[in-house]
Amino acid sequence: MRSSRNICRICTVRVTAFLALIMPLTLSAGANLQATPSKEDLLALPGEIGRRGGRIVVSLRSEPKTLNPLTAIDAPSRDVIGVMQADLVHINRATQLTEPALAESWKFSAGGLTCTVTLRAGLKFSDGQPLDADDVLFTFQVYLDESVHATQRDLLIVGGKPIAIQKADARTLIFQLAKPYGVGERLFDGFAILPRHLLEKPYKEGKLGQTGALSTSADQWAGLGPFRLKEYVAGQRLVLERNPYYWKTDARGTRLPYLDELIFLFVSSADAQVLRFQSGDVDIISRVGAENFAVLSRQPRGYTMIDAGPSLEYNFLFFNLNDLGARNSLDIAERQKWFRDLMFRQAVSAAIDRGAIVRLIYQGRGASLWGPVTPGNPRWLDAAIAHPPRSLDKARQLLREAGFKWTDSAGAEPALIDKTGKPVEFSIITSASNADRAKMATLIQDDLRQLGMHVNLVPLELRSLIDRVTGTKEYDACVLGVANFDADPNSELNVWLSSGGMHLWNPAQSHPATQWESEIDRLMEQQLTVVDQHQRKKLYDRVQEILAENQPMIFLASPDVLAGAKSTIGNFHPAVLEPYVLWNVEQLYLRNAAENASK
Amino acid sequence: MNHRFHLGMWLVILGALHVIVGCAGFFAPYDPVAQNREQVFQPPARLRFVDLLGHFHIRPFFYPTGLRLDALQYSEDPKQPVPLRFFVTGAPYRLLGVLPARVHLFGTDHASVYLLGSDGFGRDLFSRILYGGQVSLLAGLLGTGLALSLGWGIGTAAGYFGGWRDELLMRTAELFLALPWLYLLFAVRAFLPLVVSPLQAFSLVIAVIGTVGWVRPSRLIRGIVLSAKERDFVRAARGFGASDVYLLRRHILPQTYNVMLTQAAILVPQYVLAEMSLSFLGLGVPEPVASWGNLLSSLQQYSVLVSYWWMYAPAVAMVPFFMVYLRVASLLQENKQAF
Repeated sequence: MRSSRNICRICTVRVTAFLALIMPLTLSAGANLQATPSKEDLLALPGEIGRRGGRIVVSLRSEPKTLNPLTAIDAPSRDVIGVMQADLVHINRATQLTEPALAESWKFSAGGLTCTVTLRAGLKFSDGQPLDADDVLFTFQVYLDESVHATQRDLLIVGGKPIAIQKADARTLIFQLAKPYGVGERLFDGFAILPRHLLEKPYKEGKLGQTGALSTSADQWAGLGPFRLKEYVAGQRLVLERNPYYWKTDARGTRLPYLDELIFLFVSSADAQVLRFQSGDVDIISRVGAENFAVLSRQPRGYTMIDAGPSLEYNFLFFNLNDLGARNSLDIAERQKWFRDLMFRQAVSAAIDRGAIVRLIYQGRGASLWGPVTPGNPRWLDAAIAHPPRSLDKARQLLREAGFKWTDSAGAEPALIDKTGKPVEFSIITSASNADRAKMATLIQDDLRQLGMHVNLVPLELRSLIDRVTGTKEYDACVLGVANFDADPNSELNVWLSSGGMHLWNPAQSHPATQWESEIDRLMEQQLTVVDQHQRKKLYDRVQEILAENQPMIFLASPDVLAGAKSTIGNFHPAVLEPYVLWNVEQLYLRNAAENASK
Repeated sequence: MNHRFHLGMWLVILGALHVIVGCAGFFAPYDPVAQNREQVFQPPARLRFVDLLGHFHIRPFFYPTGLRLDALQYSEDPKQPVPLRFFVTGAPYRLLGVLPARVHLFGTDHASVYLLGSDGFGRDLFSRILYGGQVSLLAGLLGTGLALSLGWGIGTAAGYFGGWRDELLMRTAELFLALPWLYLLFAVRAFLPLVVSPLQAFSLVIAVIGTVGWVRPSRLIRGIVLSAKERDFVRAARGFGASDVYLLRRHILPQTYNVMLTQAAILVPQYVLAEMSLSFLGLGVPEPVASWGNLLSSLQQYSVLVSYWWMYAPAVAMVPFFMVYLRVASLLQENKQAF
């Protein structure tokens, strides 16, 4: 994929920038910079023209742990960092395509082994300090430094080798890859460019991990995002103000963002968030459950609720397929004989009423799933995967073929027994804090009761559930969900590679346990280095097919992305990719009364 | 005499309530775990005697409700009234847990009647309240039995023997009183095996109620025994050479019976409430078995709280039980004073 397609859609405002666009590589950027040191190359966004001023209050489920993009892993931190930082190339959350951000253009060499990136001219951090190639160089040096433990480091390792970066001149950088990288420029999304003038000292002292605490004073923290730090009140709120040096404008040339302030309020539970939104304390609500969405939609008072369509989150049931070896869990090993039987897993899949899950739990705002790629990700969805309807007859037939039988005691419901006469009874663990998944398990319990299986439900605290699945491996089956950040299959490597820590049914294997798992490993690694998108899609389609054939996970359903905002907020367009509502925060604005009336 | 009559009347009412819950299978129209996924969160059926044309019917009937998908609301369909039938054959159950039977007090030929509405899985709330009452009331009764017998034994021993035994037992009692037992229970639950069958969970709940509950009755009993053993007739009997066992059996323990009865009447509702709290927090019997606490736990969700008023029904159902129990307790109290 090359940059030209995206650039066509976006016009830049200054003449010098226009020149740079036409011939990004032939231009001697150093000379150009000297000639126009004060010129800024701003990115103009299409879309509804807004008005300046005002503030918006958004709620967060908990306090962000940090403002530091290197160490942030929790969702609230990512949400806040997303509006304070910027990356070289950005994935547009609405179109799911890449767009130039800090880099005004990029070009891959013919073999795909080098990528030349040209920075936008006149960029400044939110504290007014200029940005140049040295900052970018510093940024990637830090991300790649093992002692920093950056969470995104793995994404910069291609073909077993870290990406090498060279500075060509003050605005041009050359990235060298050991192997072609299938994701192309999507790679740059999510790597916030760091201010060298603030972070070099702590980096050299080895204290980089400790920087970016929420209590950092506002003049000691800077980024390239639309907002910058203003005030933090522990336990209550985080106040951000507009970054006056932000590099985007609207179609009329007004510098973005429109809002003066963005306030994050810490509201601890989903229900409390709904109440605060209903009472008007909070302007925007996202990650709303379907039931709360229905409550809010019933009598909207000055706000609009939006169903943005199926998210990338997929929920599934999986069985314990670990090799427990000499571990002291004989009875689990005993039950694993059933779980390992493909026909048993297929029978369970055939018996599950996915339609009921969508209808009862998501109130119709979701989609049934037969694979890990949801309808919210049409670019990667394999349309060839079959959607067999629920069939208890087929399930019974599969069980019969696998050698299972039913007891025929008069009066009582027939119970399923295996070849040795042992009744089929197992437990499903779920996260106690996730009401949706607990309900899914209750539905599955009843579905499987109709096959004569006796299922016990065990709600567990999330931490101990994860510990059982990835640590002690003492469980029978589990209902869980994975929420993806990106539509690209690379974000799923950890789940599908047999060596991955999130390869939930049998994590972190030294060798693939089955033929089909090694086939998936091969396909996933192959798609990593294939540059042709069509070819990559084919490879990932095959992964989806293997998963559908072997049912290591029985995919259930995907909820829609549900969000709401006060009706006075303009440009509010929730997307199915994270961050669902703040991805275009620079364009959000407050309408005045007259504009609102006309809407 | 009037007093006795009152007590008897309230005892009969209490007995009747327990019979209804005990024979839940007969009084409930449906299997409490049967899901009807087409009819979730159905509002309670409105039983009628007068139809839309103003005609009176001796047999109660209701209009079946259908889901209007556009508004996600149920509306009545007046075209096909469904009459309520009595003594119908339906889902199999075991009367009092023993006798297999299929006859239910009421039901319908077609369509389902949700007297108190249905829950998020389309399960009949009325049936679940009756079956849930079995679990909750039995937990209350057995918990009371355990707590009182422990408390009685320990309180009597401490009060009668006195000295270091009294000290030891009463300090232990204080220790139990000071334990943060709810957190202890979370800890105990974490050490138990992953899968706890409903029966095991039920036994655990009773064990917890019993071990925590014995302290207060035991202190009460100790006080009575302490004063009783100093009474003149007890001293006299002792002077005549009566043994400890004889003294306790003949003179001291009879004085505790009234207190025990009153305590029982007070403790049963308390312990029913304790079971409900535990189930509400997910420490009681697991899904899909119903108990009053389980039924109420769906109210933890704001959306249920504000959307489906009939989900409060289990909370209302326990009110008559508690009122009758407490009425009996106060009558027993007066009874004691009358003697």
